[in-house]
Amino acid sequence: MNETLLMLVSILDSTIRVSTPLIFCAMAGVFSERSGIVDIGLEGKMLAGAFAAAATAAVTGSAWLGLGCAIIVSVGMALLHGFACITHRGNQVVSGLAINILASGLTVTLGIAWFAQGGQTPQLSGDARFAALELPGAAAVADIPVIGAIYSELISGHNLLVYMALLSVPVTWWVLFRSRFGLRLRAVGENPQAVDTAGISVAWLRYRAVMCAGLLCGIAGTYLSTAQNAAFLKDMSAGKGYIALAALIFGKWHPKAALLACLLFGFLEALSVRLQGVQLPVIGEVPVQLMQALPYVLTVILLAGFIGKAIAPKAIGIPYNKER
Amino acid sequence: MSNRTLPGWIDIGLIPLINICLAFLVSAGIIMLIGENPVEAVQVMLFGAFGYDEGIGYTLYYATNFIFTGLAVAVAFHAGLFNIGGEGQAYLGGLGVGLMCLMLDGWLPWWALLPFAIAAGGLFGAAWAYIPAYLQAYRGSHIVITTIMFNFIASALMVYLLVNVLIEPGSMSPQTRSIAESATLPYMYQVFAAFGVEIEQSPLNVSLILALLACVLVWLLIWHTRWGYAIRMIGFNEKAAVYSGINTRRTIVISMCISGALAAMVGINEVMGAQQRVLLEFVAGAGFTGIAVSLMGRNHPLGIIAASVLFGALYQGGAELSFEISTITRDLVVVIQGLVILFCGALAYMLKPTLEKLFLRYTLSKASRKDKLTEEASS
Repeated sequence: MNETLLMLVSILDSTIRVSTPLIFCAMAGVFSERSGIVDIGLEGKMLAGAFAAAATAAVTGSAWLGLGCAIIVSVGMALLHGFACITHRGNQVVSGLAINILASGLTVTLGIAWFAQGGQTPQLSGDARFAALELPGAAAVADIPVIGAIYSELISGHNLLVYMALLSVPVTWWVLFRSRFGLRLRAVGENPQAVDTAGISVAWLRYRAVMCAGLLCGIAGTYLSTAQNAAFLKDMSAGKGYIALAALIFGKWHPKAALLACLLFGFLEALSVRLQGVQLPVIGEVPVQLMQALPYVLTVILLAGFIGKAIAPKAIGIPYNKER
Repeated sequence: MSNRTLPGWIDIGLIPLINICLAFLVSAGIIMLIGENPVEAVQVMLFGAFGYDEGIGYTLYYATNFIFTGLAVAVAFHAGLFNIGGEGQAYLGGLGVGLMCLMLDGWLPWWALLPFAIAAGGLFGAAWAYIPAYLQAYRGSHIVITTIMFNFIASALMVYLLVNVLIEPGSMSPQTRSIAESATLPYMYQVFAAFGVEIEQSPLNVSLILALLACVLVWLLIWHTRWGYAIRMIGFNEKAAVYSGINTRRTIVISMCISGALAAMVGINEVMGAQQRVLLEFVAGAGFTGIAVSLMGRNHPLGIIAASVLFGALYQGGAELSFEISTITRDLVVVIQGLVILFCGALAYMLKPTLEKLFLRYTLSKASRKDKLTEEASS
């Protein structure tokens, strides 16, 4: 019994670790897509952020400066996306794709030029990383059965960014559904004409939305390279941006549901690592690849309307043209 | 609207040219940023891509893949669909080609096997495109998202198959056994040697001819058949297509299947030609490069050939560059690719208003000068 509990706690623990960048990116996607701008570039912004954070932290020795730099770079890329799709009404998917490809190439090219370690950044340690936080009393309650394990292993002992990710969900919800800015942002994703008629700038609203997305992607990247890992590695985002996109759709563009989807996908990943090579009763060995593909398969099935209907913001992907 | 104010040569000639130049200008800036000389880099790249037989061979070998994926993206584009799934379709297509070759390679010579391999690859690629197409046409799920998802599913599926099912017994790396030599496509240097012309060895094989043939077929299909008309009409105005009695759903599915089958032909070049077995990740991003190629070539087969050769040269020149200058790797080519997609795709019309203004001023001043001349002549 105790062993099962410990295993469960440790799987849930790694679920939270794995889900953190997904949660940041999914919230980023919620901001952008709710304002009507498709954001396939989550992956690229996160990767660029990861590189900027690790590079700055390696040079300055400060993880906080790394975080700041990651946010600046990621918001910069978000502004580029906005410049292409809001100002010049370019194709949002093409722009997002360009950002992903650009980030993938640029991070390695600059990494080699600056650090000469095959595209990696130097190993980070000490203040250059976000270390695990010990919540008050974690050591004291560790010996208490069940609750002790849950509190000291699962709830305590993560780094600051993990808690920020969990906090970003209610904040996103509040901003979108309780603030005036959020109301307008959602309106512009459904009916930009109406917002324009009301005398509010569609372009400026959408720019602010993609900037919010850039901010969150920057934090996600910082988590990857300075908290979860101790250096930037080539293509270290490894499709997480797309999983976050899947989670965002799975969560029907709603912060709370997107969080649950992120946790589900994170759980699948944690489980697949744990189940590697394990023979299960009846089923036998579950291929790792099946678990990896499951988020994508589930999203396709959801989009096909077999498990509920995912209704996207109405104006998503359509450039707003004032003249018509 | 404003589409009519510019003459055709500016719209389809000058604007894309300026956009490409901008993409290369930014690339040059990045080369300078990492402390290298862009002029020298271009020289190395050009020599690597076109300077000697083997380089040209590699350039055209890469270009062959890009023609297939570029055509695939273009056919879907004409129907107003954005097929990001070329990567997955090419991957699965390669599986089809590989399975057919592994089944029949002891029995048939390459020329008899080729039609079967094309059919099997095309079928697998089309099948992989069919599901997203069906879901888009009949269930309303967005094709961009589903094709992205299908790329990842294809990747997971292929890893599973190569690691657990198709792996060569006794082999450590996840790949199938080699195809018998009699069943692999002849290399171009062998073809040339048969005519008595000696060229250096490179992976360039007869797939190039197949790629050029595919260009002709796509051109005929899109601009000279009823189907092609229906496809273009849907891309131009789906509502009008519905009113004029075109079965849009079926046409969407068909055009995506053609697109998938075209992407799958990468498998002929790679599996039956260059690698002669199914490897992990053999598509190596050609599906995504196809998007840049199609955008740059304006979805026309001729443009796609030109853009493919350019990207082939970038890939081969990039390899040469990483060999010559240690601080530059092939990732620089990925950067250039991203910039081309950005400038030729997302920012395609950035300069249009400016050029329109310039052009109008030019024509107006010419017209007023003409008016003045006629006035003077009449008085």
